[in-house]
Amino acid sequence: MKTKRSLRLFFSYLLLIFIGIASIYPALWTIMSSFKVGDSLFSDTFIPNQFTLKHYSDLFHPENIAGKQVPYVKWYWNTLKIATMSMIIGTMIQLLTAYAVSRFRFKGRKTLLSTVLVLGMFPGFMSMIAIYVFLVQLNLLDTPWALIIVYSAGAALGLFVAKGFFDTIPKSLEEAARIDGANHFQVFSKIILPLSRPIITYISLMTFTGAWMDFIFAGLILRSRDQWTLAVGLFNLVDSYSSTAFTLFAAGAVLVAVPITILFAFTQRFLVEGLTSGANKG
Amino acid sequence: MNRYARTAGWLSVLSMGLGQLYNRQWLKGALFLLTHITGITLITTVLSKHIAGFFTLGEQGQHLVKVGKIYKNVPGDHSIFMMIYGLLSIMVVLIYLFIYYMNVRDAVANGRMREKGQPTKSFIDSIRYGVNNNFPWLILAIPIIGVLFFTIMPILFMIFMAFTNYSAPEHIPPKNLVDWIGLQTFKDLFTLNVWSDTFFGVLTWTIIWAILATVTCYFGGILVALLINQQGIKFKGLWRTLFIIPYAIPQFVSLLVMRNMLNDKFGPINQYFRFFGLDGLPWLSDPFWAKVSVIVVNMWIGIPVTMVLVMGILTSIPKDLYEAAEVDGATPWVKFRNITMPFVLFSTAPILITQFAGNINNFNVIFLLTKGGPSSIDYNMAGKTDLLVTWLYKLTLENNKYNVASAVGILIFIIIASVSIFSYTRSKSYREEDMIQ
Repeated sequence: MKTKRSLRLFFSYLLLIFIGIASIYPALWTIMSSFKVGDSLFSDTFIPNQFTLKHYSDLFHPENIAGKQVPYVKWYWNTLKIATMSMIIGTMIQLLTAYAVSRFRFKGRKTLLSTVLVLGMFPGFMSMIAIYVFLVQLNLLDTPWALIIVYSAGAALGLFVAKGFFDTIPKSLEEAARIDGANHFQVFSKIILPLSRPIITYISLMTFTGAWMDFIFAGLILRSRDQWTLAVGLFNLVDSYSSTAFTLFAAGAVLVAVPITILFAFTQRFLVEGLTSGANKG
Repeated sequence: MNRYARTAGWLSVLSMGLGQLYNRQWLKGALFLLTHITGITLITTVLSKHIAGFFTLGEQGQHLVKVGKIYKNVPGDHSIFMMIYGLLSIMVVLIYLFIYYMNVRDAVANGRMREKGQPTKSFIDSIRYGVNNNFPWLILAIPIIGVLFFTIMPILFMIFMAFTNYSAPEHIPPKNLVDWIGLQTFKDLFTLNVWSDTFFGVLTWTIIWAILATVTCYFGGILVALLINQQGIKFKGLWRTLFIIPYAIPQFVSLLVMRNMLNDKFGPINQYFRFFGLDGLPWLSDPFWAKVSVIVVNMWIGIPVTMVLVMGILTSIPKDLYEAAEVDGATPWVKFRNITMPFVLFSTAPILITQFAGNINNFNVIFLLTKGGPSSIDYNMAGKTDLLVTWLYKLTLENNKYNVASAVGILIFIIIASVSIFSYTRSKSYREEDMIQ
């Protein structure tokens, strides 16, 4: 019995270690590659023989790699701008929408909810051509505002996670406040918002990273290299220079992934809550 | 007896605002009248032309006209713009009709109040009343406008596109006109060999992929969660954090990295194979191995999500169930089979269906890893690992076959919709939404 148990534990640990290595290997390998001398994908050893910070400094001095046109700092700034703005506007829109459908029973509510469900079933970029024509007409092509508007406009459709959360806040809280004479806006800002910290964190993170990572739509809208976001730029870097500028890509990728990963690490608790409440909607 | 309601109602039908004026609501009446005049002018001057354009899609494409002695290129009708403007105009007319309807209702309602001898509301009061009674709609106004223009309109446009011949190389405005051709595109997609071979091939792989990707991530996640949760395993938190890393790294970064790792010649994976004297495998360039690669990489990304969910569920299983089982002398295996597994399966079943639907449209994994490749001569504009959704992308952005792409999009919608309707109608939270309170 005792040996059977320790045998089981031994194999479990073996499996855990194997999965652990598989989980972090790509990240470690990328970090190692970003410090490697030279620019090729190939390397003889996992840990480079010589460490260099050249690739990182190249990212900040585009004149060193002029042939490749990688205005990395500009991309970073564009991305930060677009992601932050869409996060603020998108989160507000999504919260209000979810609040309205969770708290009020009004005519047309069921229709509204089913419409949102149906809209979510269309593949997203099927509509890209029409949006593209729109943006041309609005003269917004190749500007960050185009992306901010489109991301924020779509935010309302992700209302179900927040709705699921609001559904669990007891109604009696608001009724008490209403009796005390608070109006709708006061109820929302003084009672609902302070209680919704986890879900606000979750939505902000999702809208932020969503904007941070989109390379399809952003690639379509942002035409000039200077306007690109990181996702578009990095995708292009791998696509066009493939194995000739791999270490540069690795350095760029590390700088993109580090802030997001840290953000995730700090908000892990909220993420798990969001995932679980999102799952409940079925 | 005064019949204010009827008179006011008919006056409002005659022209917006008249009923309100009759009810002595001057400001409101004037505003409605103004809307009416603007609406009618717009419809007769601009909108009707655009709406007509929606049906004709233009009469003449770009053509040459003799000016003096030379021929000059004269721009013709741009069918696609005509279609979009037509759609927008129809929408404006619908909004106008909606306001018209509200105007009649308002006139009748106020007429009724006068019949009962109550005073009608002042302008300020009606606004205040409106705000308080329609508060949800007020909050929803901005999101609805956004969704209307950036989601619903484009989707409608796309649906209509499937019934035209808008595709390269012959029907691309402004050079040529686009015409309505009814169901021809769908017919071609199903019967014309050039399209149907690709369509059914891609469809088959999409379904196989969706099933495999969902099942592997689901059971993989459950297994990993159970592995960590075993009795006697130390550092549970550490393992969990370690395994969650793939989820935390931005997907497009990790996928692009993976693509390089699986590189045939220079990638580290094949390098290790060679180290052990093996040949290495064509991970992304051989149809079979490319399919294996995408599924394995997808597990790497998808397992952490299920793992987190299942670990949450494991902690919520009531302890007394296990205690009761122990009293009855159950072995660990019996406890696992009869308590843990049913509990986990039962509470995660809905996710299985959402993940399945999500995997049908899993653009990122396929596109970033293989770009749909390796390409094949059996397929028209698609590769061996292309899903319907990545094929759709290639059809639109790389080949400008807009009508085929739209038809494929509609078919994807039908697939996803049937899967989702199946799950939503069965989900508890949809049916018993108000029971929680």
